Amino acid sequence: MSKLKAPWQKMENDALLNSLQTSFPDAACAIGSDWPEIDIDGSDLLTLIQKLRYDEQWTFDYLFCETCVDWKTHFTMVYHLSSTKHRHSVVLKAKLDHDKPQIESLVGFYKTADMLEREVYDLMGIEFLNHPDLRRLLLTEDWVGYPLRKDYEDPINMIRL
Amino acid sequence: MDVKITEPTTPFPGSVHETPGGGIVLSALDDVINWARSNSLWPLVFGTSCCAIEMMSVAAAKYDFSRFGFEVFRASPRQADVIIISGTIVNKMAPVLKRLYDQMPEPKYVIAMGACATSGGPFFYNTYSVVKGADHIIPVDVYVAGCPPRPEALLHALISLQEKIKSGMTREQIKSTLAEDGK
Repeated sequence: MSKLKAPWQKMENDALLNSLQTSFPDAACAIGSDWPEIDIDGSDLLTLIQKLRYDEQWTFDYLFCETCVDWKTHFTMVYHLSSTKHRHSVVLKAKLDHDKPQIESLVGFYKTADMLEREVYDLMGIEFLNHPDLRRLLLTEDWVGYPLRKDYEDPINMIRL
Repeated sequence: MDVKITEPTTPFPGSVHETPGGGIVLSALDDVINWARSNSLWPLVFGTSCCAIEMMSVAAAKYDFSRFGFEVFRASPRQADVIIISGTIVNKMAPVLKRLYDQMPEPKYVIAMGACATSGGPFFYNTYSVVKGADHIIPVDVYVAGCPPRPEALLHALISLQEKIKSGMTREQIKSTLAEDGK
């Protein structure tokens, strides 16, 4: 890893990718369209986040986006992390089971995860373990189903093309 | 009664009967009331998406709808005469729109601006959250096509609403008169 000249200097994507690959030999790392990406299994999330958040060489202290993709065969949770210290970013993709999508909550690491995870729970139905307040955020409390899933059906409101 | 296509600058609907030392104004009270109503329509501050940006530009200096008497956006439905539904109405917004309309004093008018407010538009198919046309919630006087409509289109809709008010007829009467004229 190249030595940083100043704390605000952006760590080059290649160097960042190298450091990630060396530290996590089991995870699949690659350069995505903008940032390095790490593909992991949902169960490995906490151990990885612990290092990314608190290790001095990364200090990913800001979760700026948390979304979910329904691939029909499985779900992918996508976490966008960046560091206010090193000014670099990384994308974390965690694969989840489609029948029983569960993953650990990141509220303990990032306070922003609270609302972001509630939205994902609301629209995609991912269960976040150890989330302090997992309720629907946008839809009404009595809503049945998760409308952004590919197999969602609502014969009253939806007109299928 | 004929449908009169009036200009926005229509003068007072009546005639002045000259008499020595002054004059007598002759008119029908209904015409005067409709003339007054149509030339002072205050819209409600209501916008749910991109059409609202076009509506704001109609209100701003370049298109300036106060030339035609629309003048001031009112922040309270109790002071508004017309509601311009500028944008998508979702199921969660529907009761809010209904309440705003109910709080407006009579006579009140509704303009459905753009594809979303008219029919759901681009959200007609495969959407769980969008109302397929604002006329499922409240009655609409004038529909404007476009996504979003040009400011000129909204101006035309507003002037059409004025003509509708000045004609003093209901929607059914206007339709049958137009049918008789073969339009």
